[in-house]
Amino acid sequence: MELAALNLVNATLNWITFALDAPSARAVVFGVHIGGHLFVEVLLLVVILFLLSQKSYKPPKRPLTKKEIDELCDEWVPESLIPPITQEMLSEPPVLESAAGLHTIIDGKEVVNFASANYLGFVGHDKLLESCTSALEKYGVGSCGPRGFYGTIDVHLDCEARIAKFLGTHDSILYSYGLSTLFSAIPCFCKKGDIIVVDEGVHWGIQNGLYLSRSTIVYFKHNDMESLEKTLEKITAQNKRAKKLRRYIVVESVYQNSGQIAPLDKIIKLKEKYRFRVLLDETNSFGVLGRTGRGLTEYCGVPIEKIDIVTAAMGHALATEGGFCTGSARVIDHQRLSSSGYVFSASLPPYLASAAITAIDILEQNPDLTSKLKENIAILWKGLSDIRGLSIASNPESPIVFLVLEKSTSSVKSDLQLLEDIADRALKQESIFVVVSKRSTLDKCPLPVGIRLFVSAAHSESDLLKACESLKRVAAAMLR
Amino acid sequence: MITIPYLTALTTYFSYGLLFAFGQFRDFFRNIFDWWHASNLEGYAPICLGLEDFYIRRLYLRIQDCFGRPIASAPDAWFDVVERYSNDNNKTLKRTDKISRCLNLGSYNYLGFAAADEYCTPRVIDSLCRFSASTCSTRVEGGTTTLHKELEECVANFVGKPAAVVFGMGYVTNSAILPVIIGRGGLIISDSLNHNSIVNGARGSGATIRVFQHNTPSHLEKVLREQIADGQPRTHRPWKKIIVVVEGIYSMEGELCKLPEIIAICKKYKAYVYLDEAHSIGAVGKTGRGVCELLGVDTADVDIMMGTFTKSFGSCGGYIAGSKELIQYLKYTCPAHLYATSISPPAAQQIISSIKVILGEDGSSRGAQKLARIRENSNFFRSELQKMGFEVLGDNDSPIMPIMLYNPAKIPAFSRECLKQNVAVVTVAFPATPLLLARARICISASHTKEDLLKALEVISQVGDMVGIKYFPAEPNKQQQDQQQQQPGKDTIKLD
Repeated sequence: MELAALNLVNATLNWITFALDAPSARAVVFGVHIGGHLFVEVLLLVVILFLLSQKSYKPPKRPLTKKEIDELCDEWVPESLIPPITQEMLSEPPVLESAAGLHTIIDGKEVVNFASANYLGFVGHDKLLESCTSALEKYGVGSCGPRGFYGTIDVHLDCEARIAKFLGTHDSILYSYGLSTLFSAIPCFCKKGDIIVVDEGVHWGIQNGLYLSRSTIVYFKHNDMESLEKTLEKITAQNKRAKKLRRYIVVESVYQNSGQIAPLDKIIKLKEKYRFRVLLDETNSFGVLGRTGRGLTEYCGVPIEKIDIVTAAMGHALATEGGFCTGSARVIDHQRLSSSGYVFSASLPPYLASAAITAIDILEQNPDLTSKLKENIAILWKGLSDIRGLSIASNPESPIVFLVLEKSTSSVKSDLQLLEDIADRALKQESIFVVVSKRSTLDKCPLPVGIRLFVSAAHSESDLLKACESLKRVAAAMLR
Repeated sequence: MITIPYLTALTTYFSYGLLFAFGQFRDFFRNIFDWWHASNLEGYAPICLGLEDFYIRRLYLRIQDCFGRPIASAPDAWFDVVERYSNDNNKTLKRTDKISRCLNLGSYNYLGFAAADEYCTPRVIDSLCRFSASTCSTRVEGGTTTLHKELEECVANFVGKPAAVVFGMGYVTNSAILPVIIGRGGLIISDSLNHNSIVNGARGSGATIRVFQHNTPSHLEKVLREQIADGQPRTHRPWKKIIVVVEGIYSMEGELCKLPEIIAICKKYKAYVYLDEAHSIGAVGKTGRGVCELLGVDTADVDIMMGTFTKSFGSCGGYIAGSKELIQYLKYTCPAHLYATSISPPAAQQIISSIKVILGEDGSSRGAQKLARIRENSNFFRSELQKMGFEVLGDNDSPIMPIMLYNPAKIPAFSRECLKQNVAVVTVAFPATPLLLARARICISASHTKEDLLKALEVISQVGDMVGIKYFPAEPNKQQQDQQQQQPGKDTIKLD
C-alpha cells in the first residue's frame, strides 16, 4: 500500500519535472524567461479568476406569484375582533344618581359609599365647588391644546408651584390624567438596557410604563424587603456593567392592589447601599399619610430629596383629576419635552387644576383631617377584625381596607364571583356600597383579589360601625 | 408628501450642523470648567441621557419662549398671553403680570366651545354642583353616574355606532385600547404619521407593527398582501388578526384620510379598521360627524371609531364607538375603564351639551352656523395663504393648515414676530415633526370673524416676507399652480 502511494507520488513528481523542463516552458516572451513555475502560477491565476467569475450557488428563487398571494389572501381567515361575550362580561356597575360623596344614591336608595377614594371628604366640598365654578366661568371647560401649544393656562403653573411648595420639592409637572402619569414618566427616564427593580404588586399604570420603557425589569416579592435586598444584591453582583446603567426601584406608597404600605425607610437604606434611584407612586398616600398629609416621606421621616421621582394621581385625596410628578428641577424639566403623555396630550382642564390648588389649601389649613382619617381607619379595622371568612390584608394605617377570602375557592374567577356576590348583597340589602378589586386581562399582578373599602375622614362613626355590622352579617350568611 | 427645495434642505442641514457644533463646543468647555462637579453622581448613572439631553439644552432652550406660552383666559378666538422674560439666556422663563391680547391661531377650538357658552356653561355648572368635580373612583367601581350613561348614549348616537365607551383622556383612549383588542400574533398596520398615542398603544400591545406610507392606499395594499402571504415572522403562522390604524385628519399635516379607498382595501383583505377621529369629529362633515360623513363612508364599515372631546367639544377625554359586543368587552377588561378615574362630570356635561348644540337639539341653529362658519373660514384662509405663496399642507375643509418653515432659525423668528403683532401661532419642531420639516400650524376656529382672519393674513404675510418662507411665487395663475402640483420642479427632493 505504502509502496504504491510512494510510487504514485514519485511518478507525479517525475511528470511535473518533465513538464517543467519541457522545451516549451523555456520560452522567452518579450525578454522574460517563462520558467516552469511561472507557467504554473499563471495557470493557477487563470483557474482562480475563472472560479471567481462563477456565480456562487443559490437555490433558485421562486417568489410567490400574484395568483398564489391572491389565494393566500383569500384563504386567510382572521380571528374575530373580540372573543365571544360570556356571562361575566355582561355585569354592569351600579349607576350613581348623585355625586360620589360619602352618601350617594343608587337605584333611588341612599347608600354609604366606600367605593370612592375620597379620603379627605372633598367630593362636594363647598370651597372646591366655588373654585371650580369661577374657573369654569373664566377659562371654560377644556384647555383645547397641549401644554406646548397654548394649552398652558396660568392655573396650571400655579398648581405646579403649589404642589412643589406643599411637598418641599423644586418643581412639579401636571399630567392630564392619573393613569397617564406613570406610563409617561417611566419611559422618560428608563430606556432600553436600564434596570428597574419593581414590586410585583404594582398597579397596571406602572406595569404599562415599565413595558413601554423596554428596560430590564426584575420583580421582587410584594412588599418584602428581604426579597428586595436579595434582588439588588444579585443584580449588582451579576452584572459588572450594572454600575454604568441607570438603576431604579419602583414602589407604590400604598398599594392599590393590597393596601400594604411600603417601608420607605428600609427602601432608602437599600437604595443608598446599592446606588439605585427610587420612583415612588404616592397616589394613595398623598394627603393621607403623615401628620400633615405630605405622604409616605413624612410618614416614614424620610426627606423628600432622597426620592428621585415622586408621582401621584389627583383623583383620590384631592378629589379632582389628573396627576403630577415632582422632584428636582432637572427631573421635571426633562419631562417637559420627553414625556409622551405631557407633550402629545391636551392639558388638564383648568378648573381641575384650580380645584387641586384649593384642595391643597384646605388640607394645609385643616391638619386634623389626616388624624380624623386615621381614627376612622382604626374604627373600621377594629370592627372588621373578626369578620367571618374574610381577613384584612391591608396595613392598619392604610386608607384602603382590603378584605381577602380566608379560604380561596378553586380559582380567581370563582373567588371574584363570590366576592362580587358579597358586595352585591351588601349594596342591595344593607345599603353599603363596597367594591371588589377588578382585574383586567392585561394586568399581571399576582396578588389575590379582594373587597376594597376606601375610608374617608368624613365618614361618621355610625356609618363606619354600620358598615362593619352589615359586612359581617353578609359575610356570615355567604361564607360558611 | 412634502417636497423640500434643495437649497432649503441644504441650509437647514447646515443650520442644524452649526447648532450641533456650537453646542458640542460649549459642552466641551463646560466639561472642562465643571470637571469637579462631574464626580458628584456618587455611583449613579446620569439621569438624563446624551443626545436627548443635548437637544434640550443646546437647541430647544434657545427658543424655549416660543413654546408653552401661558395664557390667562379661555382659549377663545382672542386670548390673553402672559408675557415672560428671561435673565439667563432663555434657560428659565419667568412670568410677569403683563398680558397681551392676541388672536388665537393655535388652539384646537374648532367650533368655539372653548369659552363660556350660553347653552353649555350653565348646564356644566349645574352638573358640577350636582355631581362634584370628580367621582374619585373608576368606572367599574363607584365612578359611573347617570351623566356618564347619558354621555355614552349621546356619543354613540352622534357618531353613528350602536354603542360607545368614554374615558377621561384622549391619549389614554388610544394607548389603553389597542393592547386590549390585539396582542401577540396580531398585526397592526399603522400610517407612518400616526399620533404618538397610537404608536405607544401599538407598542404596548405586543403585536407586530408595520407601517405604510402616509395616506397611500396602494402601499397599504402592498403591505397587506406581503404580510398575509408571509404570516408571522419566524414561525410563518397566519396572523391572528390585522388592524389598520388611520387618523381622520392628521394633526401635523392637516390632511384628510383617504378613507373610502382604505376601507375598500381593508374589506378586501379582511383587516379591521381603527379610525382615530381626534381632530375630525365635530369639525368636519355636514352635521359635524367627522370624516365618515364628509367622505361618504358608512360608519358600519369602520370597526373601531375613536375620537377625543378635547378639540371640537371644548372638553376633555376620549371615546371608543363600535358594536355592542366590542364595547361590552372593553368595559369588561380595558384597563382605562377598570383603573382610571372616570371622566369628570362637568366635562361630561360639556360634551353632552355641545353635541346637543351641534345637532340643533338646543332649539337654535347655532350648531349649523358654527359648522358652516368653520368650513368657510378654513377654506378662505387656506386659499389666501396659498395665494400669498406659502407652502401650505393639507386638504380643503380641514381646519388645520401647516405652513412649512424648514430652517430652525425661522421657527422662533416666525413665532416671535407674529406674537409681536398680537397673533399667536404654533410652531412645531422636532420631536413632533421630523427634524427637517419644522412648520407653523394654524388652527382655524368657527369663532374667528372675517376681520380676525384678515388681520391674521396681513400679519402672516408681512412676517412671511420678513422671515422668507414664501417658497412659492405669490399669486400664480391657475395653470401654473396646477403644473406645480403635478410636477414638482427638478430641484426638489421628496420626503415622506
